[in-house]
Amino acid sequence: MQYLMLIYDVEANWTKMPAADQAAMYQEYGQFTQQITASGNHRAGHQLKPIATATTVRVRDGKRLVTDGPFAETKEQLGGFYLVEAKDLDEAISIAARIPSVRHGSIEIRPIVTHGETSEGKVA
Amino acid sequence: MDHARDLAWGQAMDLAMDLEKLHREESGRILSTLIRLLGDFDLAEEMLQEAYATALQKWPVEGPPANPAAWLVSTARHKAIDRLRRNQRFENKQAEIARYSDFLAQPAAGFSAGNTEGTTEDPGNWFPDDRLRLIFTCCHPALAEEAQVALTLRTVCGITTEELAKAFLVPVATIAQRLVRAKRKIRDTEIPYQEPAPGDLPQRLDAVLLVVYLIFNEGYLASSGDALVRRELCAEAIRLGRVLCALLPQPSEAQALLALMLLHDSRCDARVKHGELVLLEEQDRTLWHGDQIREGTALIEQALRAGARSTYALQASISALHANAITAEQTDWRQIAALYGILLQRYGSPVVEVNRAVAVAMAGDLEQGLALLGLIEERDELRDFHLLPAAQADLLRRLGRLPEAASAYRRALSLATNDVEIRFLRRRLAEMEQPPLRAYLDA
Repeated sequence: MQYLMLIYDVEANWTKMPAADQAAMYQEYGQFTQQITASGNHRAGHQLKPIATATTVRVRDGKRLVTDGPFAETKEQLGGFYLVEAKDLDEAISIAARIPSVRHGSIEIRPIVTHGETSEGKVA
Repeated sequence: MDHARDLAWGQAMDLAMDLEKLHREESGRILSTLIRLLGDFDLAEEMLQEAYATALQKWPVEGPPANPAAWLVSTARHKAIDRLRRNQRFENKQAEIARYSDFLAQPAAGFSAGNTEGTTEDPGNWFPDDRLRLIFTCCHPALAEEAQVALTLRTVCGITTEELAKAFLVPVATIAQRLVRAKRKIRDTEIPYQEPAPGDLPQRLDAVLLVVYLIFNEGYLASSGDALVRRELCAEAIRLGRVLCALLPQPSEAQALLALMLLHDSRCDARVKHGELVLLEEQDRTLWHGDQIREGTALIEQALRAGARSTYALQASISALHANAITAEQTDWRQIAALYGILLQRYGSPVVEVNRAVAVAMAGDLEQGLALLGLIEERDELRDFHLLPAAQADLLRRLGRLPEAASAYRRALSLATNDVEIRFLRRRLAEMEQPPLRAYLDA
């Protein structure tokens, strides 16, 4: 099964971080990505630009509403994601527990709906 | 004609009773194996129901099989195969089809009639693995804690949704929804059906111990109905406790829980007499099971030495003090009150507070105990808990304040749901309203 791992962290802490620490973090992320690529779990993954770059779009009564900022203001912000293939939730949890940001932020694990399934997991 | 019909009717009744007994004693085991084979809680439950229905048709004609539990697993498994074959034609379900192929290739671990391995035919052999696997899956931290407890009691122990609602004091619909959501999350996120990796074991153990404890309590004091002691549930909980003690690398907290259960269970023959509840103080202590007391006492001493400090360790220590008192008068109430004090500090709960107040009263200060109970009553948290007015009534009775005791017994009666407890409270109330002659003579 594929799982999306949403990486939440306090963005301000990242921007305040000394350049050397940021470099170390990038290196750690690089190693982690290599590891899960080698183990065959990696499907996709990217860091996102800061929350200040977020734009939210809605269409209501045919009218497009575009606003500055994220969908929801939260204490920790979505800063990146991985899409992984894992045999079950336990494997997904053990992968998530190795994402470098897990030590200060939080990783939300969401199973991906596969073709032919509804969000309830039942066959439509 | 009539005779033959009566005979058939009698056999059908016997069979229905046999099946009910089988279900009560074995459904958890059968279900845990079916879930392993089918990988789906709901499908396993549904197929087991269908297997029971087939048993009701076939067993009267062909006679019951040598190993009914194995027959049910095998039958349910074949029904699942039929179901999956039918579904395959209508639905494009890649994952299901893949699982189906695995499933066909997998031997049914000792359940097929032609099993030649002969290692798992005996139910005693196939119980521990699948049940523990089921318990750890049901107690997975990705499930809400209340859902873990409900799901384990429902699937492992076959406790009905109605009984669960009573035990947790919530509406039946709430429990039903908890179960549905939990099973949906297990399926949708693919929570694996396996014991945790050794590194995760300690973290996952707390929820498991709580669940085992609740199973024992459900058996020890059934939430409703006439059966005060549902022995098989107590025995299941004790057995699960033993398996955990054997399996865990550091079993001290599991030992404390096992000790607690053994020490409580040692009194099972003394606490009910002619269907009536007998209080600890009035029990015939020669009916207590000495072997369970010795084992429980040794276990709690071992667990405490190994550093066990959980609520189970404290409660087992209290229970050991009761169990090792030769007469009720020799009970070390002072130490018991002190232990309840520690329990209250660490795991504060109004129910523990009631117990502590009673221990303080029994240690010699009836008035202070009563005052403590009064403070709990004022906070209103235990408005629906019958044991609070029952405890007040008992202390008032000991103080000779009979009219007040009678009114407290009436309050307890209006809240109690267990038939045996209701009869006990009625008996006490009758004594308060018509005190024995001796009470007048003493006065």
